[in-house]
Amino acid sequence: MTELGEIWVYLAAAPLLWLTLTLVVYLAGRWLNRKLNGNALAHPVLVAMFVLIGLLLLTGTPYDTYFEGAQFIHFLLGPATVALAIPLYDNLRQIRQLLLPLLLACLVGVTVAVSSAVGLAWLLGATGQSLLSIAPKSVTTPIAMGIAEQVGGLPSLAAGIVLVTGAVGVVAAGPLFRLARIHDHRAQGFALGIAAHGFGTAHALTIGLRAGAFAGLGLGMAGLLTAFLLPVVLRLFAG
Amino acid sequence: MLQGLTLIFLCQLAGETAVRLLGVPVPGPVAGMVILLLALVAAGGPGKTLRRAGTGLLSYLPLFFVPAGVGLITHGARLRTDGVALLAAIVGSTLLTMVLVGWMIQRYAAPEPADDD
Repeated sequence: MTELGEIWVYLAAAPLLWLTLTLVVYLAGRWLNRKLNGNALAHPVLVAMFVLIGLLLLTGTPYDTYFEGAQFIHFLLGPATVALAIPLYDNLRQIRQLLLPLLLACLVGVTVAVSSAVGLAWLLGATGQSLLSIAPKSVTTPIAMGIAEQVGGLPSLAAGIVLVTGAVGVVAAGPLFRLARIHDHRAQGFALGIAAHGFGTAHALTIGLRAGAFAGLGLGMAGLLTAFLLPVVLRLFAG
Repeated sequence: MLQGLTLIFLCQLAGETAVRLLGVPVPGPVAGMVILLLALVAAGGPGKTLRRAGTGLLSYLPLFFVPAGVGLITHGARLRTDGVALLAAIVGSTLLTMVLVGWMIQRYAAPEPADDD
């Protein structure tokens, strides 16, 4: 028993343990998600988050210790963000054809997403860094975390908020589009990409290829626009 | 694959350097994405190894969110006070945004070609 204890003390301090556990739990989440027919509430990322948080609490492991292992996975967010340029490039022709409506809808969408999120949270009593962290909520996680860091929010809180936003958007999409009579696949896709980033894009792909392409486009445009506008706007308000 | 990956890292490095030199409040990887997009337009598209590396990275994108998401654990106190407000704001704002954007595109885009799957 003491031997096991000693092994645990060694492993718990080494990066390998939490790096491996992150991968294992994520794969288990993916398996579970397939079993549940891709239900958005059982998204592998959400499942992995909650299981790992539970494990950390149970073992009394501080987040810093966990992150020493998980940082190797976290690091790849940066290069993956850069790689978003490739699907964006693939959709350039579509952008040119519908440039004006897309730009307009993106501008309105981003403005509404940011202001309604911050406004509602503020009305309901959230304060300070919580407000700064919810501002980029509709943008894909790597960009949102970068923005939250830039504007003085909390990147990890922003990441959690973004992930929940994605799940909410995907769960609501079907009934919402029916209710609002939005039948055009391009409109559905673009709306999903703008409001629910990568989660929305994955869901749009299940509607159809065209919806998926427009969702990828919305994701990229909203990410860029928010990244470039939000810090500037907030700086104006602060200054 | 390695060449493509190196090119992506170079773009990120250039992006990180550019935002610091210019003092613009944009995340470095986002600047890197713009640099890569401009390079793709100039080059007329990604080569085979870049596309392999890029789509490979993107197919694991959800996994890369997990470590940051677990960071919610450090915000327990904040979530106890602001959690409900944040959740309500997320739901309200997301639905509103989705309907508005969907309506705008449906209204202003030309009728959809019928060849969709």
